[in-house]
Amino acid sequence: MTNFWHPHRIVMAAIAIAIILACALLLRWDWLPKYLPLIGQGIWRTLWLLAVTATLGFLIAIPLGLAQAAGPWYLAAPARIFCTVIRGTPLLLQLWLLYYGLGSLFPQFPAIRESDLWPYLRQAWPYAVVALTLSFAGYEGEVMRGAFKGVPGGQLEAARAMGMPRTTILRRIWLPLAIQRALPTLGGETVLQLKATPLVATITVVDIYAVASRVRQDTFIVYEPLLLLAVVYMVITGLIVLAFRWLENRIPSRVA
Amino acid sequence: MWEALITAFPTLSLLAWSPPGWGANLMRGLANSIQIALGAYAVGLIIGTAGAFGKLHGGPVTRDLLAVYTTVVRAVPELVLILILYFAVTDLVNQAMVAFGYARIQISGVAAGIAVLGVVQGAYATEVIRGAILAVPAGQLEAARAMGMPPMRTAWRITLPLMLSNAIPGLANLWLIATKDTALLAIVGFAELTLQTRQAASSTKAFLTFFLAAGALYLLITLVSTLIFAIIERWARRGQRPST
Repeated sequence: MTNFWHPHRIVMAAIAIAIILACALLLRWDWLPKYLPLIGQGIWRTLWLLAVTATLGFLIAIPLGLAQAAGPWYLAAPARIFCTVIRGTPLLLQLWLLYYGLGSLFPQFPAIRESDLWPYLRQAWPYAVVALTLSFAGYEGEVMRGAFKGVPGGQLEAARAMGMPRTTILRRIWLPLAIQRALPTLGGETVLQLKATPLVATITVVDIYAVASRVRQDTFIVYEPLLLLAVVYMVITGLIVLAFRWLENRIPSRVA
Repeated sequence: MWEALITAFPTLSLLAWSPPGWGANLMRGLANSIQIALGAYAVGLIIGTAGAFGKLHGGPVTRDLLAVYTTVVRAVPELVLILILYFAVTDLVNQAMVAFGYARIQISGVAAGIAVLGVVQGAYATEVIRGAILAVPAGQLEAARAMGMPPMRTAWRITLPLMLSNAIPGLANLWLIATKDTALLAIVGFAELTLQTRQAASSTKAFLTFFLAAGALYLLITLVSTLIFAIIERWARRGQRPST
C-alpha cells in the first residue's frame, strides 16, 4: 500500500472527494427517501435476473460448447448456428422479438391460452429471463468451445487409459479443467450480462434501471437518478469482479 | 415460388420497398445504424490509440485518469451511459450556446449517437490496443531506438504496423459490438434499424415478420464484417512466418 499513495494520487483523491461532496450537497436528493423501497426492489430484481439468467445460460452453454468442440457434425452445426445468430443480432432485438413477436402470437392459440403456463406467459419477466438466458448461452457457448478445446489432450488420454467412463471423464476431468481455463473470461462475460439487464426495462420489467427512469419521469430530476444508477452498477460490477477473483484464487495452479 | 411464399405468409408483402410495404424504412434505419457504427468506431479507434499510448507512456496523472475512464465506462451499462452523456452533452452545448448569446439548438441524433458510442468504444479500444502494443517484441523497439528514430516515427512506422496483427481480433469484436450497440439508441428515440422495425411492427401488427427481417439484416452485417476482418487480418499478418 505504500506505493499507492503518490503525491498526485492524494491530490486526485481530494478532487474526487470534493466532486462527491459537491454532488451530495448541491444536487437534489430529497426524492431519495420516498423511492427507497422501490429502489431496493429494483436492485433485488436486477440481481435476481443476473443470477438466474447467468446460471441457466451457463448450463445451456456447456452442451453448446461440448457439441462444437467434440460433437459430431449434426450436433456441432446447429450449436454453431445458434451461437452465430445470438452473437450476430442485438439483444434488444431478440428481447423485442420474443416479447412482442411471440407474445402477440401466443394468444391466437386457445391451447396455450387455456394451459397452466398462460398466467406466466402474460407477464413480461419470463420473456426477459428467456432472452437473457439464450443470449448468455450463445456467448458462453463460444467461450466454452475454446475452453474445452484448450484442455491438454494428455489429461483426457490419461483418464481414458485409467478406464474412466466417458461421463465421468467429462464430470471429473474435462469440465473442471475447462471451467478453470474459462474462469477469467466468464467473469468478464458476467459483467457484460449485468450491463445487458437494463434492457428488460423496455418490456416493462421493473429493475433498478426502470425505477430510475420512473423517478426521472415523476420528478423531472434528470442527473441524480442516473448518477445513482451508475453507482449501483459500478458497485455490483465490483462485487462480481471480487467474487470471480476469489473463485480464481481458490483453484490450485502450479503455473505461477 | 415467391407467389407461393406470399400466399403462405401474407405479412411478407409488408417488407416490400414502397408503401404499403415498409422496406424503404427498414433500409433507411439500416443506413443510419451503419453510419453511426462507422462514426463511433472511428472515434473509438482514435480515443483508443491515444489512450493506449497514454496508458503506456503517459505521466502518472494521465495514466490514473485513463484508468478511471476505462474502469468506469466498462463498469456502467451502455444504456445508462448513453442517457447520461446524451442529456449532459445536449445540456452543456445548449448552456454554452446561451452563454455566448446564440439560440438553443437541437443536437442531431447522429452526432449525439456517434459521440456517445464513440466514448464507450474508446474505453474498450484502449484496452485492446494497449494489450496489442505490449505484445510487440521489445527488440524491434530497441532496434528503432538504436537507429535514432524519434518517438513519433517509431510509433508510426514500427509500433502501429506490428501491433495491428495482434489487435485485429479484438478490434473486429469491437466493431461487432459497435453495430449491435447502435440498437440501444432506439431507447433515446433515434430512428435506427431497431426503432424503425418496432414502428413498422407496431403499426402493422406483424411483429414476428419485421423483427425476424431486422435480425437477418443485423446478421448479414455481422457475417460480411467477419469476412472483411478476416481479409484485413491476413493483410496485417503479411510477412509474418506462418505459426505452427
